[in-house]
Amino acid sequence: MKQISKSTLGITLLMLFLISACGTTSDSPMESQKISLTISAAASLSDALIEIQTMFQEENPHIDLTMNFGSSGTLKQQILQGAPVDLFFSASNYQFDVLIKKGLIDETHSKPLLSNELVLITPTNATNSFQSFEDLESSDVRRIAIGIPESVPVGTYAQETLMSLGLWEKIKDKLVLSKDVRQVLTYVETGNVDAGIVYRTDALLSSKVKVIMEAEPSTHSEIMYPIGIIKRTQYLEEAQLFYTFLEQEEAIQVFEKYGFKILGE
Amino acid sequence: MYESFWSPIKLSIEIATVASVLVILIGTLVGKVMAKTRFRGKSVVETILMLPLVLPPSVVGFGLIVVFGIQSPIGQAIEWLFQQPIIFTWWAAVIASTVVAFPLMYQSAKTGFQSVNPIIEDAARMDGASERRVFFYITLPLSFHSIISGSILSFARAFGEFGATLMFAGNIPGVTQTIPTAIYIAVDTGDMKMAWLWVGSMIIISFLLLQVIYRKSSQ
Repeated sequence: MKQISKSTLGITLLMLFLISACGTTSDSPMESQKISLTISAAASLSDALIEIQTMFQEENPHIDLTMNFGSSGTLKQQILQGAPVDLFFSASNYQFDVLIKKGLIDETHSKPLLSNELVLITPTNATNSFQSFEDLESSDVRRIAIGIPESVPVGTYAQETLMSLGLWEKIKDKLVLSKDVRQVLTYVETGNVDAGIVYRTDALLSSKVKVIMEAEPSTHSEIMYPIGIIKRTQYLEEAQLFYTFLEQEEAIQVFEKYGFKILGE
Repeated sequence: MYESFWSPIKLSIEIATVASVLVILIGTLVGKVMAKTRFRGKSVVETILMLPLVLPPSVVGFGLIVVFGIQSPIGQAIEWLFQQPIIFTWWAAVIASTVVAFPLMYQSAKTGFQSVNPIIEDAARMDGASERRVFFYITLPLSFHSIISGSILSFARAFGEFGATLMFAGNIPGVTQTIPTAIYIAVDTGDMKMAWLWVGSMIIISFLLLQVIYRKSSQ
């Protein structure tokens, strides 16, 4: 018995060694040529960026893009704590400016790229009959999902709009605070909340939600998506390549397809 | 600031207390049944009962959303009964804590009951005691130690529950935002001061709870 287990152990170790040896021989020369860029981007950008990622990698096969999606506040916090990120694509100037002020993003390598709109949504199959932000007060609407105002830009904008409409205090107890815009969307899609506030681009992605109305742009600060290269990056040249790629026609077409507005034109 | 600091602490204690009461009752009952009965497939049932202990909280959260969510028959029945869905409510947080704490109570209770010498119980029966009397006057006092440590461990687990609660009860300040959720959000938003305060409270409370168990067991 002891003999068997010893030989089993020996074979297992040998196999592990062989597997790891195979791994190094085939991978390491590739890795030394291929550069990996990490892009932290707002959750609302995920579908558009995944499409652009494929296009970019076809044109630049030596660069591997890793996408890290989350709420801009979370991503900002990760970068502040030293996460190895090369570019930051935020859904808000506020979260972005913190990094500029802390000297983590060079202002010369940053610019606002896109814009979006804020909309109120409800599940497509919902039977409630509400038509405007004011109806959120009604007792038919029991739960409303928005992003966490402190860290999720779409939540910050939602709070601003609800405040300027004088609704914030009245509906505060109905709010379910979500970790990013896609969670708000999911909560509405599954019918677990009666309403949610998301970007128009997110609402367009789903057939399970319908847009009730758009928030008046004057009720919230301007929705802006700035992008910047993180100063710590080891691959400034490659990061710039992607940075400029986002402004080229084919990338812009993708953003427009998903409903984003292009700034600075 | 004072209010926003206390609200999650108060909620955590309330939710963990109610969840513990439920867990102690159900866990003891199921522990009693499983300690004394034998049936086919018992080991499978026991494994299922213990699963929430080893499964990632996200799996438990997923399960709760599927079972109690608004699209499930149970979720719809609850909505019909209470005129309100259960997901994202205070009770959702209680259920999440109850499910994850249950295995600890169940296991302790069962071990406790099994350690009671059946001869003593039989002696009581021989003297004419009813099953109920045997349980309350013989079995329960003799396994009291296990029941207490199981209860405290369950409370501590319910108190610290995070993943399933966040998924199933959401993050609603004043309703479902417990200390673990509040810490997560505070770190996410960079509010390290509040995070420290809550982390400190969490460590102190958990430390005291475990102290009770160790003191008891060394006595």
